[in-house]
Amino acid sequence: METVDQHIEDILYSVSDPEIPVLSIVDMGIIKKVEKLDDHFLIHITPTYSGCPAMDTIEDDIVKAFDEEGLKAKVKHILSPAWTTDMITEKGKKALEEYGIAAPRDASIDKAALSGEKNQIKCTNCGSMNTKMVSRFGSTACKALFQCEDCGEPFDYFKCLR
Amino acid sequence: MSDINKEALYDYLLLLGDNSMILGQRLGELCGHGPELETDIALTNISLDLFGQVRNYFQYAAEVVADGRTEDDIAMLRKEHEYKSSLLVEQPNTDFAYVIVRQNFFDHYHYMLLSKLVDSKDEQIVAVAKKSIKEVEYHLDFSSTWVKRLGDGTEESRQRMQDAVNELYRFTRELFKPTETEERMANLGIGADLPSMEEDYYKQLHALLEEATLEVPQGEVFQYGGKEGRHSEYMGYILTDFQFMQRAYPNMKW
Repeated sequence: METVDQHIEDILYSVSDPEIPVLSIVDMGIIKKVEKLDDHFLIHITPTYSGCPAMDTIEDDIVKAFDEEGLKAKVKHILSPAWTTDMITEKGKKALEEYGIAAPRDASIDKAALSGEKNQIKCTNCGSMNTKMVSRFGSTACKALFQCEDCGEPFDYFKCLR
Repeated sequence: MSDINKEALYDYLLLLGDNSMILGQRLGELCGHGPELETDIALTNISLDLFGQVRNYFQYAAEVVADGRTEDDIAMLRKEHEYKSSLLVEQPNTDFAYVIVRQNFFDHYHYMLLSKLVDSKDEQIVAVAKKSIKEVEYHLDFSSTWVKRLGDGTEESRQRMQDAVNELYRFTRELFKPTETEERMANLGIGADLPSMEEDYYKQLHALLEEATLEVPQGEVFQYGGKEGRHSEYMGYILTDFQFMQRAYPNMKW
């Protein structure tokens, strides 16, 4: 995201992903640009996945958050450059882990984990590496379902997308 | 861009979107009916990816045609013969083997198609393709894994897979037979050159079937027509479901 006015950044920070409420859309890396136009701000956002049903909600939430501050915002959806999990900030990755979603790993570990190799992803509950993939598609398209073989906890892993 | 080419581009975007949309609708029918929870979720996630991609194509199509039609109008309000999806994707969810084989036959094609479209001369098509190809890589991997698992599985799973392969194989070649629009778009460097993909497609597909201990149907008579609006009887039933809300309550919105 380009540097913007602190106040605007704060407003955007207050909007979170409806499916991962601990994660701000800023840390999610989907805000690509903020333009200050005559009578409104134009917020450029890019979807994580093409069919992400959260995008419409996020758009409404952004408009509402600006409205609450007495400002007007419009949202523009852009597709290029395509979103990658590298766009999630370090702070965002930490928030994911604390929420119980394993953060995306780099491509080679991701590939091994998703092709069924065990012991690749750390359990977000007990920290054990003794985990296995249950399903490549989890509760949303961006996540895969894993289970810890030590504590038994099922957890989501945010798939690496590049 | 000339008006004629604009019209062809609009038509081309529909050709791209309709396959994903009708397949997405077929997969959506499985919501809550998948053979096990994880598979149910996977299939509906794939459906969601496909519908997301369709929205991107149709939003662009609405921009190109610029006559007040919206993405929803384009998706919902056409007549059966105006849909340009191939016969393959409208085939029914007979059993899980059919669902997987149909998916895999399409995924191989879809992945190859997008690999070409990322080099299109049309910027917006490139953006949609670059976004979609990452998702489709997962789809292909998912369906290929199941083809191997069920093909090289029990006697019954193998037989069911073979039945599905025998039934659906005849719909594959249509994917590579260009319509006039597809030819024009390929010549302009906007669309993919379909015939040039065919050999690789069958090479990859046959290698996978062989690995899954399945036989490649021989002497097949291929079926064509969907891309030109000549659909099988299934299409009417799909659209009855798909268009119900818009037909019953015109212009309704969520």
